[in-house]
Amino acid sequence: MINIVSETIDIAEVIASVGDPSAGAIDIFVGTTRNHSSGKEVLSLEYQAYEPMASKMMEELGEEARRRWHVKAVSIVHRIGRVDIGEASVVIAVSTAHRKEAFEACRFLIDTLKKNVPIWKKELFADGEVWAGLQE
Amino acid sequence: MISVKVKLFAAVRDIVGSEEKILLVPNGSDSGKIIDVLAAEYPQLRRWKPHLRVAVNCEYVSSDHIVHDQDELALIPPVSGG
Repeated sequence: MINIVSETIDIAEVIASVGDPSAGAIDIFVGTTRNHSSGKEVLSLEYQAYEPMASKMMEELGEEARRRWHVKAVSIVHRIGRVDIGEASVVIAVSTAHRKEAFEACRFLIDTLKKNVPIWKKELFADGEVWAGLQE
Repeated sequence: MISVKVKLFAAVRDIVGSEEKILLVPNGSDSGKIIDVLAAEYPQLRRWKPHLRVAVNCEYVSSDHIVHDQDELALIPPVSGG
């Protein structure tokens, strides 16, 4: 399941989507929206994506994880639009035969997504708003 | 001249005030030239140029990548998903 959605992500559904009888491990990463940035209170966040390219890259990352870590199944779901504090902005789930590969593949997926996939986060403060990325 | 569509995102979209622009540029233009053409119209984009990646038809390309008629480009500011 590779998806970009504008509603709450159903985490249980993402986990269930990678179930596989030959898997001995499922590793999940849930990215949640934080209430502070650069020492200031964040009121809410808004995500924007270049959807066709982001979906394509997420598919390619999933394929790379399958090849490198013998992943059985992989799901990546990213949310866009307004996301309230504490909600999931991204959920990644990976199933493998053994846990080591699941941890490594999941870490590769979130690290590479954050570096390369064309999705942007805008932080809304009491005194204005800022697109994150350049400062981080 | 060739015609290309340029998709805009995040801070760059806010500067231009639109989600996409259609640009007419000379044959043989590279992706760096596209940023220059847009920055001539929107000078605030100049400080962004060193930080922008360019995608053509949903693939990242280098700044000397030659663009073709009807290509869809995207200017990609530093990403911050996750």
